[in-house]
Amino acid sequence: MRKTFLALVLAAVMALTMVCGAFAEEEAAIKVGLIGPMTGAAASYGTSVAQGAQIAVDEVNALGGIQIELNVQDDQHDPETSINAYNTLWDWGAQMIIGTVTTGPCVAVAAEAYNDRMFMLTPSASSTDVIADKDNVYQLCFTDPAQGTASAQYIAEHELATAIAVIYNNADTYSTGIYQTFEAEAANLGLNIVSVTTFTDDTTDFSVQLTEAREAGADLVFLPIYYTPASMILQQAANMEYAPIFFGVDGMDGILNIDGFDTSLAEGVMLLTPFSADATDELTVNFVAKYNELYGANPDQFAADGYDCVYALYAAINNAGITAETSTEDACEMLIAAMQELEITGLTGTMTWDETGAVTKTPTAVRIENGVYVGFDVNGAETAEATATEAAAE
Amino acid sequence: MKLKKSTVNNLISYGIVIVAFVVVQLMQGAGLISRSLRGQLVPICVYIVMAVSLNLTVGISGELSLGHAGFMSVGVFSGVVFSEWLMAAFSMENETMILVLSMIVGGLFAGIAGVIIGVPVLRLQGDYLAIVTLAFGEIIRNVINCLYISVDGGQVHIAFDNPNVLGEIVVNGPAGTRGVSRMSTFTVGFALVLFTLFVVLNLINSRSGRAIMACRDSRIAAESVGINVTKYRMMAFVTSAFLAGMAGTLYGLNMSSVQASRFNFDTSILVLVFVVLGGIGNIWGSIIAATLLTVLPELLREFSDYRMLVYAVVLILVMLVTNNPMIRAFFARITPHRRGEAGKGGEAA
Amino acid sequence: MTLFLERIISGINLGSIYAIIALGYTMVYGIARMLNFAHGDIIMVGAYICFVAVSSMSLPPLVGVLLAMVVCTILGVTIERLAYRPLRQAAPLAVLITAIGVSYLLQNLAQLIWTANPKSFPSLITLGDITLYTSASGASLRLTGTTIVTVLANIIIMIALTLFTGHTKMGKAMRAVSEDRAAAELMGISVNRTIALTFAIGSALAAIAGVLLCSSYQVLQPTTGSMPGIKAFTAAVFGGIGSIPGAMIGGILLGVIEILGNGYVSTQLGDAFVFAVLIVVLLVKPTGLLGKKVHEKV
Repeated sequence: MRKTFLALVLAAVMALTMVCGAFAEEEAAIKVGLIGPMTGAAASYGTSVAQGAQIAVDEVNALGGIQIELNVQDDQHDPETSINAYNTLWDWGAQMIIGTVTTGPCVAVAAEAYNDRMFMLTPSASSTDVIADKDNVYQLCFTDPAQGTASAQYIAEHELATAIAVIYNNADTYSTGIYQTFEAEAANLGLNIVSVTTFTDDTTDFSVQLTEAREAGADLVFLPIYYTPASMILQQAANMEYAPIFFGVDGMDGILNIDGFDTSLAEGVMLLTPFSADATDELTVNFVAKYNELYGANPDQFAADGYDCVYALYAAINNAGITAETSTEDACEMLIAAMQELEITGLTGTMTWDETGAVTKTPTAVRIENGVYVGFDVNGAETAEATATEAAAE
Repeated sequence: MKLKKSTVNNLISYGIVIVAFVVVQLMQGAGLISRSLRGQLVPICVYIVMAVSLNLTVGISGELSLGHAGFMSVGVFSGVVFSEWLMAAFSMENETMILVLSMIVGGLFAGIAGVIIGVPVLRLQGDYLAIVTLAFGEIIRNVINCLYISVDGGQVHIAFDNPNVLGEIVVNGPAGTRGVSRMSTFTVGFALVLFTLFVVLNLINSRSGRAIMACRDSRIAAESVGINVTKYRMMAFVTSAFLAGMAGTLYGLNMSSVQASRFNFDTSILVLVFVVLGGIGNIWGSIIAATLLTVLPELLREFSDYRMLVYAVVLILVMLVTNNPMIRAFFARITPHRRGEAGKGGEAA
Repeated sequence: MTLFLERIISGINLGSIYAIIALGYTMVYGIARMLNFAHGDIIMVGAYICFVAVSSMSLPPLVGVLLAMVVCTILGVTIERLAYRPLRQAAPLAVLITAIGVSYLLQNLAQLIWTANPKSFPSLITLGDITLYTSASGASLRLTGTTIVTVLANIIIMIALTLFTGHTKMGKAMRAVSEDRAAAELMGISVNRTIALTFAIGSALAAIAGVLLCSSYQVLQPTTGSMPGIKAFTAAVFGGIGSIPGAMIGGILLGVIEILGNGYVSTQLGDAFVFAVLIVVLLVKPTGLLGKKVHEKV
């Protein structure tokens, strides 16, 4: 009977899945899971975080104290796969999670983690939805509103523009989130937004968006987007000889490190970013050297976030006294308490957390000059603070 | 009492699904199922329904649709909004009730989309039809990306490209659904699979089903014996959309957040892979292929970086092996009593 | 007016790239009767080969392009031999799924080899810009070197292909196979060799398309080929799949409509607009702009 045969096949598949799911390793290391897109269109963000985190884990383990075992799982930037990845890590016995890297999947996974009492620290999912109403989910990056508001304030304070154009990715949560808060704050501050255009993940031709900005007479173009489309926009603006001030957010960081990118195109671009691969403090220099040695490229902001996540968790684990034997639920409560007390200086600045899970750190406004970041406008109050932060990072 | 052969076959089909469900439930009760597999139970049900419903369009009705994920998307968003509305307007608390009602509404919305799309699409043939379904899938994705829907007490507000809507936002543009109460369960998923099988098997074995297959095999011949081709093609297309919408609602209510961008061309193709791998027109094949291929990427996690590479290789090899004439002949030999039915192509097991 | 013309020019540039990709789709479809969804990923491989040759090995751009064409040709023929030829007798959908498998395979291989980090493709085209006119307000209408080269390449390829299929022995064999495979075989034409040749030409074209795509829009990632691939497939159907001039017209029109839709309708719904136009066109002309109407026989 073919049907009996089919039923047997089904049963066999299920049995096989169980066996595969039942593997477990015995080691006295604290089990940390990491979830992010390692394949697919968003793979560059996930792999950067994983590589940065791995460097930090190796450093921590070399210290000889608490040992950390990192298990990286791919989510392809998809909520469903992300939950699968999370469940796999749960089966593995993860005590806490770094991740997820991208916002959409992170919101879905955070809801699961909240039910399970699994502590989560996301390196880069920046929407407020990620941490909203969940006491066990923490962010290491700025929230979208923080970035949008800070950008608008910065532009208004320094009177950078008389007419502003915005180009954002309306298929992307991060980009849309920043734009919406930017727009609200710009209205408050009386900034003059003359053109708003959008694109999607599949867009390669930005001539319409740029022409519209130019025709509207914009002298500043705000780009709350990631560096990959930003590099296309800069190139195409140069081709049409349109040269306004380009103002970016932390997603823009990494643009100078794109293999083969003509950095002269980014000359004069301003961005708010917590991390700079060109910073001269010891921490950054060491990290950049190690990253280059291992992966043959300069690290971007995502790698720095991954690295900082591990150190933040390491400090919290130490303070809370978590061991490999601590249960996931206990570790969660202990980490929540420890995180609120924590103050740590990492690659992305000095960070503290409040009970909502949002981070407080200072964005640095930088301008790209001769292919490197330069702290912008010493008169600016924010930059003065930022310089102090950098000094503290030494 | 003497039952018709098709009725007996159908009863056996339901029986096997029920047995599979009971086995999984028992194993779950005994704690034998890993968390990872448990998390996939609902998606597996969703993909089974997607595959079976697409098989109705592709296999039974013979039209290549590349936009099936679009209907799923309509089901996800309409179903999620409806469930939130039910809770806000009537303070309903019975989750199974809300889920079932939302699935019906999700199915209806997808069915309406099916009618709207079916009217122009079914005037076309072959690859031209395929590309138009692809186009509709992309249009649905683009439009939903710009929708902001909120539930404010008993009222639903819908805004286009404007996030400032009154009340609790449920659909937040590109960020997708937000704060969804997850109420999908494996039991309801299983019930949906059973319902889908019931609808599809009955349709196939009915007078209308035979008319649909006649239109597939020869449109001109079907027309010449007085079959209203458009009506029957439409019937298959809309039923398929309705079921995909129900699956979509189940999917949407299984996760606290899901984005419109999830239901792109790749997802449509993924479901098509299930259908083709399981055998075009073969309902059982769709069920097995959907189950296996949903679990496979998770089983391959041990390959870490090479996971999707292995998946691709497995996919290609399976297609090559299952279409190899020698292997086909071998299978035909070991299952001799199937040969007659297999010859008919569209006959479901 | 300047703005409008500027958009038309951008549209033609984008459309010419779609057209070259669509030519590959349409030839393979016309002759092998299969939708080769891996075509977009061959474009990506071509662009990577050229990138490595020019940026890492410092070869002259022209050598880089030739190298990319050679590698893609070998790749295309190998894929056809290993993955598609065994399925020649299978259902068309089985081949479609295999092509999707090949597409995943190429993307993931590319990621393992070149990492997921984007590369910035150097503009290989050194031809200067031409200013057509400068209006009183100072706005000028310019043709960039990249646009000129892209459009010229497109025209040359189309003419060459039309001549090839119309006047050479191999080209005629291709047409014969596309017309009636069984009859062609009886006339002594090797179907396998003809299809392999089609894949070779299509893949070489894909390499050129990849280089032109990345010269215009710079960024190169393992997923670079997928969306242009889908758009080009749309363009091929738009123009009438299987028709060489159809692919070219379909490609250019699609590019122009995309840019005009973005510019005058809404950037949010730009893609939706393109697909809506496509649907309307197919409803009016159910086999595309230049597609052959197939008469059904009873």
